[in-house]
Amino acid sequence: MAAVDAAEVVVATSAQEAVEAFGSGADVTVVAGGTIVVPEITHGRLRPRRALLLGGAGLAGLTREAGRTTVGAMATVAALDQAPEPLRSTARHVADAEIRAQATLGGNLCAPPGEQSPRGDLQAALIALGAQVRSAGADGERTEDVEEFLAASPGGRLVLDVSFADPQAGSTAAVRRPHAHAYTVLAVCAARTGGQVRIAASGAGPRAVRCRAAEAAFADAGDAQAAADRVLDDVTPHDDALASAWYRSRTLPVLVRRALTDLT
Amino acid sequence: MRLTVNGTEHEVLSPPLTTLLEVLREELSITSPKAGCQQGGCGACTVLVDGEPRRSCLTPVAAVDGARIATVEGLGTPDDLSVVQAAFHEHYAAQCGFCTSGFMMAAQALVDRGGEPSREEIRQALSGHLCRCTGYVKIIDAVTAAVNGEVDTGRSEADAGPQGEDAVTLIPGSPA
Ligand SMILES: Cc1cc2nc3c(=O)[nH]c(=O)nc-3n(C[C@H](O)[C@H](O)[C@H](O)COP(=O)(O)OP(=O)(O)OC[C@H]3O[C@@H](n4cnc5c(N)ncnc54)[C@H](O)[C@@H]3O)c2cc1C
Ligand code: FES
Ligand code: FES
Repeated sequence: MAAVDAAEVVVATSAQEAVEAFGSGADVTVVAGGTIVVPEITHGRLRPRRALLLGGAGLAGLTREAGRTTVGAMATVAALDQAPEPLRSTARHVADAEIRAQATLGGNLCAPPGEQSPRGDLQAALIALGAQVRSAGADGERTEDVEEFLAASPGGRLVLDVSFADPQAGSTAAVRRPHAHAYTVLAVCAARTGGQVRIAASGAGPRAVRCRAAEAAFADAGDAQAAADRVLDDVTPHDDALASAWYRSRTLPVLVRRALTDLT
Repeated sequence: MRLTVNGTEHEVLSPPLTTLLEVLREELSITSPKAGCQQGGCGACTVLVDGEPRRSCLTPVAAVDGARIATVEGLGTPDDLSVVQAAFHEHYAAQCGFCTSGFMMAAQALVDRGGEPSREEIRQALSGHLCRCTGYVKIIDAVTAAVNGEVDTGRSEADAGPQGEDAVTLIPGSPA
């Protein structure tokens, strides 16, 4: 098949080799777990000039030390069972056990928006945790807030790891749709870290968004309903095959209220 | 690149981004893994990679260079069924059979893992596998029997023709 024939393939055996092979990221297709990108290649929708396989590059650890959790880009979604809430519960609801054992955190963070299927479910949890993303690319290594990373659209960066201060509390509330395994249509994640509560929503746009107006309302009065009433300030729900914009806009405030009520 | 499939080592010549599924089926003519959706959604292509169930349609062959692969061809033969195969046979867990190889390899991984998974844990472990025929109850019954070792593989009775006798007794009210 032309799509696979043409590609020059690098199988990195260390993080350093991966960073070198990635270079400025121009013309490089990163393959992590491959659960999104491999079908794109197989069906010819993506024709990589160069492919960088990360499976042997390490970057897969999850460490919890001195009140901080660091997760390598190649840690599997299954491995996030060791992560603090709301990342742990969110990860448990991604796909099924076989996919979770192959899919990675880095791939989830960099997932191009799915048109009719959930992708990037972990992003809201990472925003709520105030995660920092360490990546390599054209101007070398850099560390930035996950929101900035997502806003800049991940192309051109090789994610190395993600880290965050362990929260005092974390919670999530979601609408799921029963399938062979239930998948998430819409979710709200909240976490309290160092006394500050962060709130984020996934499934309401191409990538997860932080709900700052809801956070401010909650900080003022500690009132979950007051926060719920402000969630649509930051989120503009859309119509797609999973749910209508109308349904999303009715449901999001309920999820905010539930997540905050559970954030004990 | 090299793969050891069901104990036999093969040199792989396909381009490195070719899926493991395509290499098995098209290059090595090992056709039990099925090409269902080819996008990770059905589980018909599941094989064991170093003992773990993996969707072969999502796996570039270069990512598993040197690995041990197990497919249904390595389980048993028609005269000498493995525990998982015998369980599927006994419990009528296959109809058209398209999903069956994937389910069997996922079941084999559960058997290999040992322990006593509950019915719910078995259901969770299989939840990435779709079957359009059986309605799942019989599949889960079969896998439950297999992990609990409650299966008669008939290995010692193969010559006595137990299958013929079963066929008669399993139709209620039929003449002897
Ligand atoms: C059946 C099925 C069900 C699914 N269900 C869910 C679900 O419920 N929720 C959900 O969120 N997702 C779901 N997904 C999508 C996917 O499995 C996950 O988003 C997964 O975490 C992606 O990780 P990956 O390692 O497989 O990504 P890959 O496919 O390897 O990569 C995805 C994208 O990220 C880029 N990338 C990967 N790693 C890096 C890195 N370190 N640096 C820079 N770029 C990188 C790739 O180039 C590619 O563009 C599902 C997929 C399938 C097949
Ligand atoms: S063919 Fe691989 S999951 Fe459907
Ligand atoms: S037996 Fe036909 S799809 Fe499962």
